[in-house]
Amino acid sequence: MTHSSLPSLSVRGLTLSRGPRRLFADLKWDLDAGSAMVLRGPNGCGKTTLLRVIAGLTRPESGEVRLGGAPWKALNAEQRRNCLYLGHSAALKEELSVDANLSCALDCDAESVDADALAAALAAVGLGERRHLEARRLSQGQKRRVGLARLALSAKPMWLLDEPTNALDAEGVALFLRLVERHLGAGGMACIATHLPMDIGAPVREIRLGSA
Amino acid sequence: MNAVLPVAILPNAELVVERGAWVALKRDLKISMAGKGELAQALAFLVIVASLFPLAVGPETMLLKRIAAGVVWVAALLAVLLTLPRLFASDYADGTLEQLLLSPYPLPLIVAGKILGHWLTTGLPLTLVAPLLGVQYGLEGAELAILMLGLLLGTPVLSMIGAIGAALTLGLRGASILMALLVLPLYVPVLIFGAGAAGQVQAAMDPTANLSLLGACLLFGALAAPFAAAAALKISLD
Repeated sequence: MTHSSLPSLSVRGLTLSRGPRRLFADLKWDLDAGSAMVLRGPNGCGKTTLLRVIAGLTRPESGEVRLGGAPWKALNAEQRRNCLYLGHSAALKEELSVDANLSCALDCDAESVDADALAAALAAVGLGERRHLEARRLSQGQKRRVGLARLALSAKPMWLLDEPTNALDAEGVALFLRLVERHLGAGGMACIATHLPMDIGAPVREIRLGSA
Repeated sequence: MNAVLPVAILPNAELVVERGAWVALKRDLKISMAGKGELAQALAFLVIVASLFPLAVGPETMLLKRIAAGVVWVAALLAVLLTLPRLFASDYADGTLEQLLLSPYPLPLIVAGKILGHWLTTGLPLTLVAPLLGVQYGLEGAELAILMLGLLLGTPVLSMIGAIGAALTLGLRGASILMALLVLPLYVPVLIFGAGAAGQVQAAMDPTANLSLLGACLLFGALAAPFAAAAALKISLD
């Protein structure tokens, strides 16, 4: 493995306004392999928007995001290949089964996962017996757990998670923290917007938005 | 849980980009199959609209025969319009559209897959049912064949133009009316060529020119629509 394939993320001079409000100006930070950045701040301070900028969904007014030294154009294919973005909504098709939802999501991510691994991941997040149910029959917390299964199966180095523990119970939160810990332990990175304390055995930095 | 593998930047080189269209098509077909009722809705709409005209204009055989192709075409057009929200709006609502945009596959290919899926679940069934309606209106042999051929060439164009309109109006208030206002005028050429071809056969003329024009629309749409709709989607989700 060459050095350039080691993941690292740099945010350079990101600036974005929404209407008259400046959400963030000249943001500048680096994230190394194996560490996480936690985005904190009051509601509406731009945590989601920042995650969307890093994911490439929203274009910043100025500044750029680089992965492994290479600049990212907005919605650049390599960026999309390397980022896993879990937004506010669970992103499930109500009419499809849990199984089908997960395999569709992995297909679209171009991640090759066999059926056994998929079943094992669903069992690990506590959905083993519900995997043939339609997604509409799941509770909010269970829908979130499908997202956890997706994290567990993902080979992408960069996780962008927007309030991933919403609606999760204590056991679900513990499961989530273990997943992040394992991902960072393997050299991955994560940007997480959350109000939760992140007690994990990996370097975690915090950035507070909305103070400017 | 599976063993911990070192995480590294995934190169794009090994990605088979053509798979993007197939992935999106497979996904949308799965969703259509799961929501069985929706498939039948467009068909039922077509049949009902086409059945209203004889009630309104009277059962005069010659008149009905003359308006048959036009009625079937207008009804098909409206039926397609009715199903357009299924293309992007439902994915937008549940957050899966964001995920599709973030897929490493090229977005135009994903959009192309979705358009094809939309046509397979609306345009194609409409084309297959249309001859039955034509028979009700007293159309025969060659007239039915040309009506069907026209729909076969024209309905994919309806899906393509519709995809652009649906992508542009995504997330707007009153999106469905706005989409109809945007898309229906663009449907006019397809309607003229399609209904024109069927009319020419009835007048014992050669419909080749109109069918060729429909074919040209199809080719141009297939090249341009996925890119246009993809660009519109990116703007709508920014």
